[in-house]
Amino acid sequence: MSTDDPTTDDVTAEGAAVDATSEAPDDEPILSVEDVNVHYKPGGIVTRALTDKKVRAVDGVSFDLYDNDIVVLVGESGCGKTTLGKTAIGLEKPTDGSIKYRGQDIWESKENPRDAEMEFTEIRRAMQIIHQDPANALNSSRRVKAILSDPLQKYRTELGPKEREDTIYRFLEFVDMMPPEDYAERYPHQLSGGEKQRVALGRALLMNPDVILADEAISALDVSLRVGMMDLILDLQDTFDTSYIFISHDLANARYLAKRAGGRIAIMYLGEIVEIGPPEEILQNPTHPYTKVLKWSTPTVDPDLAKQRIQEDPPVREVDVPDPEDPPSGCKFHTRCPEAREVCTQESPDLFDTAGESDAACFRSLESHEYWNSAELADADEDEYDAQESAGFGD
Amino acid sequence: MAIGQPNQSTEEETTEEDDPADDIVMSVDDARVQFGMSRGQAWVLNDVSLDVRREEILAVVGESGSGKSMFAAALMDAVEDPGHLSGDVTYYPREEESDDAPSADQIGSYDTVGDDSVDVLDMTDSELKNFRWEEVSMVFQGAMNSFNPTMKIKGHFHETIQAHNAVLEERMEHVRDLFEALHLDPDRVMNSYPHELSGGMKQRALIALALVLEPEVLVMDEPTAALDLLMQRSIISMLRELRDEFELTIVFITHDLPLVAGLSDRIGVMYAFEFIEVGNTRSLLKDAAHPYTRALLRSVPSIDSNIDEMQPIEGARPDPVNIPTGCSFHPRCPVADDRCEIEDPDLVSVDDDHSAACFYTDQARNELEYTLDHGVTED
Repeated sequence: MSTDDPTTDDVTAEGAAVDATSEAPDDEPILSVEDVNVHYKPGGIVTRALTDKKVRAVDGVSFDLYDNDIVVLVGESGCGKTTLGKTAIGLEKPTDGSIKYRGQDIWESKENPRDAEMEFTEIRRAMQIIHQDPANALNSSRRVKAILSDPLQKYRTELGPKEREDTIYRFLEFVDMMPPEDYAERYPHQLSGGEKQRVALGRALLMNPDVILADEAISALDVSLRVGMMDLILDLQDTFDTSYIFISHDLANARYLAKRAGGRIAIMYLGEIVEIGPPEEILQNPTHPYTKVLKWSTPTVDPDLAKQRIQEDPPVREVDVPDPEDPPSGCKFHTRCPEAREVCTQESPDLFDTAGESDAACFRSLESHEYWNSAELADADEDEYDAQESAGFGD
Repeated sequence: MAIGQPNQSTEEETTEEDDPADDIVMSVDDARVQFGMSRGQAWVLNDVSLDVRREEILAVVGESGSGKSMFAAALMDAVEDPGHLSGDVTYYPREEESDDAPSADQIGSYDTVGDDSVDVLDMTDSELKNFRWEEVSMVFQGAMNSFNPTMKIKGHFHETIQAHNAVLEERMEHVRDLFEALHLDPDRVMNSYPHELSGGMKQRALIALALVLEPEVLVMDEPTAALDLLMQRSIISMLRELRDEFELTIVFITHDLPLVAGLSDRIGVMYAFEFIEVGNTRSLLKDAAHPYTRALLRSVPSIDSNIDEMQPIEGARPDPVNIPTGCSFHPRCPVADDRCEIEDPDLVSVDDDHSAACFYTDQARNELEYTLDHGVTED
């Protein structure tokens, strides 16, 4: 772990892992994301040349992924969760920071293959992705068999046609597509949405990956199928020893996956992880005000509770997310945070250990911090709260 | 043109006799939609009967391919070719006792007979055109992308108002009220092009557009599906306020059961192109009677429920060309027996204002257990 500035990131990321999972603390992470930035220049080619404006899609994020681990990235659209996921598995190059796969910096291995212990193609094989929309992820003019034999032909050249076929059948059985001989001959349009997603999962697993990035992999499925798909993912995790980075906008699904797998939930806001920890801690005892907002926004099925909640005002001062091209100074959440004080507008909090098992990027998790003596924001007092809140809807 | 008195003899009515819910705004009787496919006739709405009560929020919940969007289309006679809709859809305008009833001056655009009821499926094209904006209006999923990108939001409102020969100033005054209820800044939004607004703002502007001619009924098909959670929650809260302020009836179509738990007054659950359970929200969610509804509640991940109880529904959803005989859920149902394979159960009352189409509701309630609130999020 080497970063130039000794932020608490390294410490906390490790600490979180210890708290959150049963991993031994000295376990080597298979994937470690260290202080990663992904910045984009907005606009067309001319604007880009003329401006030094940047969209900080991912801004100084660190986390570790262990063997058989699950990290669920949760956040609103535009919070950078997909960019972070893609960067973590080496599909996108970070503008700053490093991604290490089993200790090997993956971009080093691409740029200086001679010095690298592992080939870049080997690292790429070890990290696979499942996309959100299974209908577009499969070539509609090819049979399932052809779709699944591509990766085998590329990476497992030692297999003959017969062995390849057997392998395909075996993997179709793994993803519950019985009888495999029948499904192998079908085209994607002859499969249901759930079946397509299982083919996509099977295709990823064929590469025998260590890490799978599942980008909203269950969002396109019917509600009644989601639990089934998540169960399948969890079962296969045991069989294949795969770790997952799971991206979701839905805390309920995140909770299910992370809880069943003993993983962690990481809440993202404007390119930063603002809270990370085990699911029950995140849901029952959220520390970061933004986590509370997400929890408030997740609908409950209990009609009494839901009726009562619908009358409540949202625990934010503004409903809309600020422009990511021009993020607020200090803590990025301070413009919407009901707890924000003066200091939050100037200073940006790191991930701190909280009283509970999670880490949160909020000064409120520190017992003695300038925050507690800092002046409340002018518009945060009760009278103006309502006006602010309703005006906020219109912004 | 109009059919007779509100049909008191349908199953829906009998189950709701003891309820003060006689003020019906729309009733659907034996609505059936068929598509001719190369494999045979596909039934995508299977003899559906349901009444929509005035000023209620009715949630129609079902998975994809359960016929819920087809039900919405049937309400407005908007089933597209080659689909064929048969049955009856009747609309009952508000009675004209109060002078300022908004519908009073708009009813004249098509025939009204005696009891004021209107047969929607019998309308001519021009009557339908007026009916669809002035009496029943619709907001579609992802409809926020249906704004013309080269036209300011204001232009969309003007166009709609003028196409319906309404008084521009009066309507725009109404729009200001709507914008206020939807927490939109009228001046800023009106003068913006669609790309200048966020998804949530566009969707809210679209809801305002749908309400510009003061319809009685607003049909919404997954109106919040493409939005972020917080915006979704905010719009849900606003819809309740809108209903109260503008005396609206809202039909809310969704696959997301938790979304409507706090919003709706009643829920109708669709499976295999028909309603298999209809009831007031509290009773239906707390003590669902139909095995499908119970299985659905067990399969929906929520932040409150007990994770160990969650399980997917076994089996595959039915094929519209080949709907199972008898009860359409029987191949997947844990309590089904021989009778369910032959006989199709009707909706029968199981509780106050709560009916289910199942012979074995007691067994279903015993065998499929679920807990709604596991105490996880009790603050």
